[in-house]
This record gives sequence, C-alpha cells and structure tokens, in this order.
Amino acid sequence: MRVELVRRGERSAAMAYLSPLLALLLTLIGGALIVIVWRLSTVDLSNPASGGFFGALQQGFVDYGRFLYVFFIEPLTELWSLEELVAKATPIILVAIGLSLCYLSNTWNIGAEGQIAVGAITGSFLPIFFPDWHGPFMLPAMLVLGMLGGMAYAAIPALLKIRFGTNEILTSLMLVYVAQLFLDYLARGPWRNPEGHNFPDSRAFDGGQVLPTLFDTNIRISLIFVFIAAFAAWFLMRWTKMGFQIKVLGQAPRAGAFAGFSQNRMVLLTFLISGALAGLAGICEVAGPVGQLRTSVSPGYGFTAIIVAFLGRLNPIGAIFAGFLLALSYLGGEGAQIALGMSDQTTRVFQGMLLFFVLACDSFIFYRLQIVRTPTLQTGTVTS
Amino acid sequence: MEVILAGAETPAQSRQRPDSPPLLHATGITKMFGAFKANDGIDLAIRPGEIHALLGENGAGKSTLVKILYGVLQPTEGRILWKGQPVGIPSPSAARKLGIGMVFQHFSLFEALTVVENIALALSDRKSRSALAREIEQISVEYGLPLNPSSVVADLSVGERQRVEIVRCLLQNPELIIMDEPTSVLTPQEADDLFVTLDKLTARGCAVLYISHRLEEVKRICHHATILRHGKVVSECDPQKETAAKLATMMVGVEVRKLSSDLPPPQNTRTRLSVTDLSLPQPHPFAVALSHISLEVKAGEVMGIAGIAGNGQGELFDALSGERTCDRAASVSIDGKPCGNSGVTARRRLGAAFVPEERLGHGAVPRMRLSDNVLLTRHSTGDHLLRAGVLDTDAARQLADRISRSFDVRKGTPDPEAGSLSGGNLQKFVVGREIDRQPGVLVVSQPTWGVDAGAAAIIRQALIDLARSGSAILVISQDLDEVLEIADHVAVISKGHLSPSRPTSGLTREEIGLLMGGMGEPLTADRGALHAG
Repeated sequence: MRVELVRRGERSAAMAYLSPLLALLLTLIGGALIVIVWRLSTVDLSNPASGGFFGALQQGFVDYGRFLYVFFIEPLTELWSLEELVAKATPIILVAIGLSLCYLSNTWNIGAEGQIAVGAITGSFLPIFFPDWHGPFMLPAMLVLGMLGGMAYAAIPALLKIRFGTNEILTSLMLVYVAQLFLDYLARGPWRNPEGHNFPDSRAFDGGQVLPTLFDTNIRISLIFVFIAAFAAWFLMRWTKMGFQIKVLGQAPRAGAFAGFSQNRMVLLTFLISGALAGLAGICEVAGPVGQLRTSVSPGYGFTAIIVAFLGRLNPIGAIFAGFLLALSYLGGEGAQIALGMSDQTTRVFQGMLLFFVLACDSFIFYRLQIVRTPTLQTGTVTS
Repeated sequence: MEVILAGAETPAQSRQRPDSPPLLHATGITKMFGAFKANDGIDLAIRPGEIHALLGENGAGKSTLVKILYGVLQPTEGRILWKGQPVGIPSPSAARKLGIGMVFQHFSLFEALTVVENIALALSDRKSRSALAREIEQISVEYGLPLNPSSVVADLSVGERQRVEIVRCLLQNPELIIMDEPTSVLTPQEADDLFVTLDKLTARGCAVLYISHRLEEVKRICHHATILRHGKVVSECDPQKETAAKLATMMVGVEVRKLSSDLPPPQNTRTRLSVTDLSLPQPHPFAVALSHISLEVKAGEVMGIAGIAGNGQGELFDALSGERTCDRAASVSIDGKPCGNSGVTARRRLGAAFVPEERLGHGAVPRMRLSDNVLLTRHSTGDHLLRAGVLDTDAARQLADRISRSFDVRKGTPDPEAGSLSGGNLQKFVVGREIDRQPGVLVVSQPTWGVDAGAAAIIRQALIDLARSGSAILVISQDLDEVLEIADHVAVISKGHLSPSRPTSGLTREEIGLLMGGMGEPLTADRGALHAG
C-alpha cells in the first residue's frame, strides 16, 4: 500500500481557500512541538523537584496554552495594541499586494525589503533638506518620491533579467543588503541630525511632513492607501486585459507569446508596480509611526509580505486578511518574549513554518491524495 | 528528381553483412499502451559487427522497440535472447551490464562540468580523475573521436558533445550500441566523422543499431535494415541492394486514400499567404535552422507540408505566426502585406489565424476557462471582447459557447478549464476558435495529433470547408495520410529546407517518401561525390 498524489481534472476551489487554514492548523501543531521541546530542554530532568519527564511535558502544555494566548489573543484585547496591529499590517499589506501581482506573472521579486528602504530614503529627501517646508504639497511630494525610489530600485533586477537573463530572485535579494547598508550609512553619516546628540537618526519630521491620523486614534491615513491599492489591484486582475496578460504569462509563457504578449514588458511592469508599493510602504513608515529616517525602517516587512502574498492566495483582498494575521505574529512574538522568555526569533520561526505549510498544502489544490493498494504482480504480465 | 534518384541508387561501397549467429535476437515483441499496439510481434536479429538500420516513419514504433531493448520499457509479450540466452532487461543499468549502450538524440550532459567530470558521473566504478582522463584520451584516439577531457562541455559544439556521449558509452565496453538519429544534430562533415568511428567499432565486432529515416545515410553505412510501419516489421533488406525509392515506399506504405473534398480547388485565385526566401538561424543547438524557404498559398486551397518530426516544422510555424520575427518584412506576406518583421498580433489583424501543434500551454492555457482562452487569440481582432480595456466576460462566454456548439466540443460544465477537456475536444475548440473568425489565412500545425477519428474528421472537414470559402490554408503535418487527404498541394520539409510544392493529384507516396528521407535537400559535397560515382 502506498499514498499517491493524483492530479485533479480542475483546480479545487475549496482547497484554494482551505489550504491557508490547514496550514495555520499545522503551524499551530508545529508550534506546540517547538514550545514543548523548548520547555523540556530547559528542565533538569534528573532533579526530582522538576517532576521528571512527565512533569516537564505537562509544563510544556501549560506553556503552550499561555503561548497561544499571548501570541494570538492578548494583542487583540487592548486598544493600543490594536492600533499597533494596524500600524504593522499597513506596510506589510501594501507590499504584499504588489508582490501578488509579481508572483502571478511568474516574476519573483524577493527584494521588497530593499525597495522599502530606498522608498524611505528618497521620500525623506525633502523633509531632511527642506525642514521648514510644511505646505499642502509636501506630504504628497514625499509619497510620490518614495514610490519613484522604490520603482527605480525595483527596475534594476527587472532590467538585468530582461537584458542579461539574470535570475531576479538572486539580484533582487542581494540588492536588499545594498539598500539597507546605504540607508545605514545615510542615517549615521550625511543625513544624521546635527542636533541629535550623535544618535544615528535624521531630524524628526513634523507638521506637514507626517501622515495625519484617522479619527481620534493612532491609526494613520496610510490604512486608506491599503484599501485603495487592494481595490485597484483586484480590479486590474479581474477586469482588465493587463491582468489577463499577467495571468497568462504567469501560467503558460508559451501561450502568452502566442497571444502576442511580451514577457519582458510584464517583468518590468510587475517589478515597477511592486517596487512602487514597497517604496510607498517605506515612506509611510518614515512619515508615520517611525517619524524620522533611522538606520533601519522595517523589521523585515518586505520578507513577511512574501508570506502574506501566498497566504492571501495572491489575491489583493486575501492579502488584507493574511497581512493582519502576520502583523499579529510580530506583536505575539514580542509578547512571547516578554511573558515566556522565548527567543526574539519566535516570530520568524512562526512565519517560516506558516509559509512552508501553506506552500505544501497548496499541492492539494491541483492534486488529491489517493491510497493505492499494491497489486500482486503476476508472472508473465507487465504493467506499464 | 531523376538525377538525385540515379545518384542515390549507386552503392557507396560494398558492405557484407557478417555471417554469424545473432548477438541479440528479439522475437515476437509486442507492447500495448492501453488498447494501442505500439509494437506488434516484432522480430529483430542483430549480428555482431553489423550496422543494423531501424527505419520507419514517426509513430512506426521505433522508439518503443529501442526503449524495450535498453530496458526503459518492458514488453507486454515476447522475449529477448542475448548471445542465445533468454534475458530480461528490467532497467537501463541492466542493459549496460549486459553490454548494451545507447547514445540518445538529446544529450544528458552538465554544461558547467568538464568532459571527464561528466563521464565520471555516469560510471559506477570509481577511478581517479587522471586515470579516467587517460582512458578517455586513449579511446578517443582509438576510435577517431578527438576530445579534450578537460574542456568544459558548455564550450563544445554539438558534434563534440555527441562524442562525449559516445565515449561515455564506449568506456563500458558495449557489444551493442543503439544510436537514435545520431546525425540529426550534426553537420555533414561531423556526420562523416561519425561514420568513420562507426566503421572502427564494427571492425572490432561491436554491433550498432542505427535508427534513422535518412535513406541516403542508411544506404551508405548500414549492412542490414529492418523497416517498421504501424508497429510491425514490414520488411528486412540489404539497403545497398535496394533503391532509395524502394526503401521510401516500404517506409511510408503504398495504399492510396481517396480525397474527401467535393469541390476542386478554384483556379487562378490570388495569393493570400506568401513566404519568400525565409531563412532563420537555429534558436538553440537542438533546433533546426530554416533555409531559404519559399511557398505560396492561394485563396481556396489547402497546402500541406509533410515531413518527419524535428525537421523544422516547429521553427517554420513560429516564423509564420510571428512568435519569431525576422528582419526582412518581405519574407512573409499576408494578403500582399509584408509582415515578416511584425509580431503575432499584427499578423492576426491582417486576417491570419494560427493553430500550434501543442494544445496545452501553447494553444491554450490549461488552468484557464474556455471563455478566458477565447481571449487568448482574439483580444485584438475586433471581436468586441474588451471595452475601453475592460473585459467583457459575457461576450467571451458567448463566443466560447458558439465555438463549442459549432464544433461539437463536449464538456462537463458550461465553462470548464481547458486542461480538463479531452485531447480531441480541446483540439476542436482550439481549431474552432480560429475558424470561427473566418480568417483569410490559417496556418495549422498537426491539426489532428492525438485526436480520435471522429474529432479528426470534423477538423479536417472544417479546414476544407474554410478553404473552399476563399481562405488560404497551410497544414503542417507529420501524418502523411492526412496531408494527402486534405491538401491540394504538398511540399516536404527536411532539415529546414522546403521542397517545391507539387499538386497532390499525380504525386506518388514514393516521391514524398524520398523527399521525407532527405533526398530533396540541396546537394552537399558528399552527395556530389555520390553523383560522380
């Protein structure tokens, strides 16, 4: 007897929606194993006071219950942490929407983290060099410059791929580190605030240089950008020829060429769109929650957005839901660090497991499991 | 034609089939794929020291038989004797252990590695790299296969890469080497070098099973030939004693089919598709370069391009559809408008339509619905499927329904994914999508490949009907019966050359078979020598 993956006739719509939930469940099981093993490793099993192996095991389960609460529930119980959740979800979703378009066209922009950094830099140019400008056009100009910066930086791997056939996964990823180091240099060197007591930050932006908040909360108007971008991307994919081209070239490049669509144009276009959204996310961080240019403006939002794009089924609306879940993992990771003394890498482990499981579960969209009873081989006959 | 025939009939040099008991004797080999008999009771005896040709059209069963002998496939019935002993060949490594080696048409080499590294990877016994390099040098000198063991494969020509494959095979001391169309990727000069090597091999008693459809080569180097047709052995002969014409007839058969078109093709109509002196270099080393191709298809006629697979049909299709453009606009004209340098959308706007050989992934996107696949080729042809850049999905669905109705596309749900349709139904859809436009020019490759008889009849009839309504149709097909059935004129493509077209009536299968076997190509130096001799 063996288990086989059998190709389905058509993709399973049900599995396309169930897969992220199944992945989440598997991630929770994986998380339980990690917490329990972590607890076992911290207990001296030879010490009778610790209750031995079973005592440690029991403690592990208790810890896991607390972990789940701290990770998933606690951040939702207070207003300030809900605001924090929105603040973290905003850049992640913005970037993920752009990446979804990229991945649908079978183009692999892995360098959004770098495009965020460049967007933050180019967007900060105006408030740093013209600190007294606060007019109504200041903020829009900063946002536009941030988007242009992200686009220009994303154009590098796209053009390298078109001209030289380089692998965009490698070039876009490597350019992340270039951008981060350049940002670090600017924040420590030429753009450092001369009156900042030698802290490696720029001057703090104020007045017309920061994003206004909504209602009486700390939620900024960048949340509105998220909804605009999601709707625009949804419309593009669902109703326009451009979206059709993206899908065709992503699924069957040969058929795309036969339809008269240009693969190269699409590589450039999707990189530019995703770069623009990453740049926007970057400048919204600087002109929003962070409030100044620092040596680092993103705790890995550009990479988290990759997971969000897949978890959201490469659908802009799906990215909104997935974005909030992954934003929760940032807050939950901090909580687990404080409450349980776990490593600050918990968030990363959780995110990595989630991506791994969602990609694995996606196999079931096109395949189903079948249990095959091995037939007894008869002599003289041959199966082909 | 006559001149070439006369040249080909002259034996190059006399070769004697060695008179010894067979090294490998396969009897009654039958291979079923479902209900289809790919091999049907095949007997094959290969003697040591002979070059044994295996001749046949596409689909005659050559590849299946060879895969069985090399252990890739298992026969449904039949047995194999090796040196008189019955053997089973469960895997290629078992075949190599017996002493059977194979050189594939497409090489399996790592481009980034050196020759010696590539060979070391394939050998089961470990030797030091330098000892292996010495051995490679020794063999390459012995058999006339000049090769530098330390060169990187990426830098080698196709001919040199083939030498790596042959040397790798020879290092295992085979007694039988199977070669699958070895000259199809070689220049004439490289082919000559290969023949010298083959002679050296056979002089040492090694046998060669030589798969080819190139009659001239077979006549020149083979001692014996087994000819397959429709999975059966139709004849065995000494190729040097037969004329090329006789070999061609045996290969393609003699039965004649009746044409099904009621109306004769109209006379003296305008040319709708013309190709003049179209040449394109090969896009990659295993592709075929197109060489000075010229053809004309007039309104109301079906022109067929026959030929054996891999002789430039795919390259020609891409050049006609505009998926590959050429610099000279005049090389392709649609309704008198030069368009050689414009892409596929521009050519569609001129009234041309195209159906590629591969349905899934080229003619249709498997995971998209039929209504989306309609859009694939008709987004810019004035079908009103887009309004100000916004898709009109209702219009697309109606169009898909119309095509499905008129071409009897059977589907389980109203708008299924293309990949879920059966081959025949998808082909009806892909052909129907283009015919529905009433295109002035239709280029269709392998219109009925892998399609059941019912669907094939519908498609062929639709092509003829479209032609009689005034369109020009070009059918590229490896199915000779199909070409003879529906085409008014036939040309044959061979190694990227296209023969002049001839009216189908009054054309014999023998003539087509000769052209398919490479006898219609321009004379090369060594064919010139044949003429002299």
